[in-house]
Amino acid sequence: MTDRADRSLLQVENAGRDFDVSRPWLNRVIEGEPRRSLRAVDGVSFSIRKGETLGLVGESGCGKSTVARMIVGLYPPSRGRIVFDGADLAEPASAPLRRRMQMIFQDPYASLNPRWRVRAIVAEPIVAQGLVTDRATLAARVAELLTQVGLSPKDGDKYPHEFSGGQRQRISIARALSSNPEFLVCDEPTSALDVSVQAQILNLMKDLQDRLVLTYLFISHNLAVVAHIATRVGVMYLGRLVEIADAKQLFERPRHPYTRMLIDAIPDLQMTGKARIPVAGEVPNPLAPPAGCAFNPRCPHANEQCRSERPALLGLASGGAAACHAVAAGRLGQ
Amino acid sequence: MGTPLLEVRNLRVEFPTRQGTLCAVDDLSFEIAPGEMLGVVGESGAGKSLTGMAIIGLLEPPGRIAAGEIRLEGERIDNLPAEAMRRIRGKRIGAIFQDPLTSLNPLFTIGAQLVETIDIHLHTGRNAARRHAIDLLAEVGIPAPELRLDQYPHQFSGGMRQRAVIALALAGRPRLIVADEPTTALDVSIQAQIITLLKRLAAEHDTAVLLITHDMGVIAETADRVAVLYAGRLAEIGPVREVIHAPRHPYTRGLMSSIPKLGEGRERLAQIDGAMPRLNAIPPGCAYNPRCPERFARCSTERPSPLPAGGNFAACWLYDRSR
Repeated sequence: MTDRADRSLLQVENAGRDFDVSRPWLNRVIEGEPRRSLRAVDGVSFSIRKGETLGLVGESGCGKSTVARMIVGLYPPSRGRIVFDGADLAEPASAPLRRRMQMIFQDPYASLNPRWRVRAIVAEPIVAQGLVTDRATLAARVAELLTQVGLSPKDGDKYPHEFSGGQRQRISIARALSSNPEFLVCDEPTSALDVSVQAQILNLMKDLQDRLVLTYLFISHNLAVVAHIATRVGVMYLGRLVEIADAKQLFERPRHPYTRMLIDAIPDLQMTGKARIPVAGEVPNPLAPPAGCAFNPRCPHANEQCRSERPALLGLASGGAAACHAVAAGRLGQ
Repeated sequence: MGTPLLEVRNLRVEFPTRQGTLCAVDDLSFEIAPGEMLGVVGESGAGKSLTGMAIIGLLEPPGRIAAGEIRLEGERIDNLPAEAMRRIRGKRIGAIFQDPLTSLNPLFTIGAQLVETIDIHLHTGRNAARRHAIDLLAEVGIPAPELRLDQYPHQFSGGMRQRAVIALALAGRPRLIVADEPTTALDVSIQAQIITLLKRLAAEHDTAVLLITHDMGVIAETADRVAVLYAGRLAEIGPVREVIHAPRHPYTRGLMSSIPKLGEGRERLAQIDGAMPRLNAIPPGCAYNPRCPERFARCSTERPSPLPAGGNFAACWLYDRSR
């Protein structure tokens, strides 16, 4: 992926994040327990080009939200670095760069302050960054933002509880757009919404991307949603990136056995009657991940090498990349 | 179809509030045949969970059944005293809820909860109940059931907990299971396992299932028939294949086309503008009329009843033959 580095807006380089999950100090002293840490994200690298949408999928606990939070700076990475427009985000001098990114959260009920009027919520990033100082311009900008996301300027006088989930997510989007960002990190923005409303929000996000030339990192556990919005897709499993490829290619010709399993696990709405073989087993405990490839206990193609040696994310002739010994050795068919 | 196992007739669930009475389920009728799996879909607030709660007699006050009747094997169960209903729950109707953590008591082992349920409903004595509990855990695919029986819910993973809840629902050998979003809290790979399990067990035990979910995909995989609810009312009901491939009600059509599907690429999704009305602002006539692309004058004045439409029944004036 480094060959495209010149055009990339964001690069995540070998990033990792650990969380201290030790028991309280007193318990450790009395019971003689060591500190314990959980590797939520480990050695994840990818880049996002300007104007594209990278979808990040995986089951709960795979570290996709942690990646999002590292990128926007809510967690500093424990290892590796995150480069935005050529500057390492860990450097203090890069602080102004963060103004060019914003985040949309999953739960529109928890991410809006219930005591603030919508117009104050939407105006906050503008005021905080000192983009606009006089009131009339601010009011006009808020009205413009609300119109842009399909709400009425009059809605600015209301409080969040007066809106439905989909409308609240529109408010979140208006707030995220208020500081004119180029890059939006969207963490499951439609997971809390009903399907008909989800379609509205996905369409809105696509329209805004076209109109404002936005770059998205779109995180979701729903592969069909990602297939609709993403141009490129990364698949995570237990804190690691296991496959990344162009969306069309990933869904039509998935390479990693885990990606194949995820795609196969989507309920078949077309009712073709094909029998699905649900994959046995569950995601292992991230405190004690299996040796070698993290997917090996559930993988039908695992061999000795998979159980001992961790596979690296290797580029494929088809353009994507997969972290799988079986794919690298050509043991899996197309 | 023979005698239905469950018969819901003109069910109406109301919530009295200071601003007036809200009607959350309105004139809802359907039947479930023995061994049949009926899916109930709808968006949040459509009244699907309340329908399930009304059937198992667990409506939270002030919610109440204001009209209609519910019959299980011909016997009315909507007006039974609490104690009689408690004996039916678990024995004749099993329940599976969305969050397996809240349906298991964290202070008792999985085994204690299973043994108690089996002993109460089947009067087997505790030793036989324990053996039966081990069999049930094995049946729902929990490895090392003898060991797992003595563990607490927190020692189980999410998928294993939902398996234990299914074992608990099956423990009294009910004829009907009400499953409210049984896979929503689970990851996709686990969801597929649980769906397959529920489908297999229902078939093996000849248990009917009322499967409540917002996920059309889950319905497509499991249900025989499906009822689509909108604003507390029945929009459409019919065989699952018909409803999915040839939906008749404009709402079902909109709903089906707004679901993102793999293999469609990055095309724009069809969307239904607006949102489901709040219960205190349901429009007169058909509840869907303000969002409906096919509405005509009658839709905003007169409320349609379910009318035959293809192989389905759709509550829509488009299908009124006398028109």
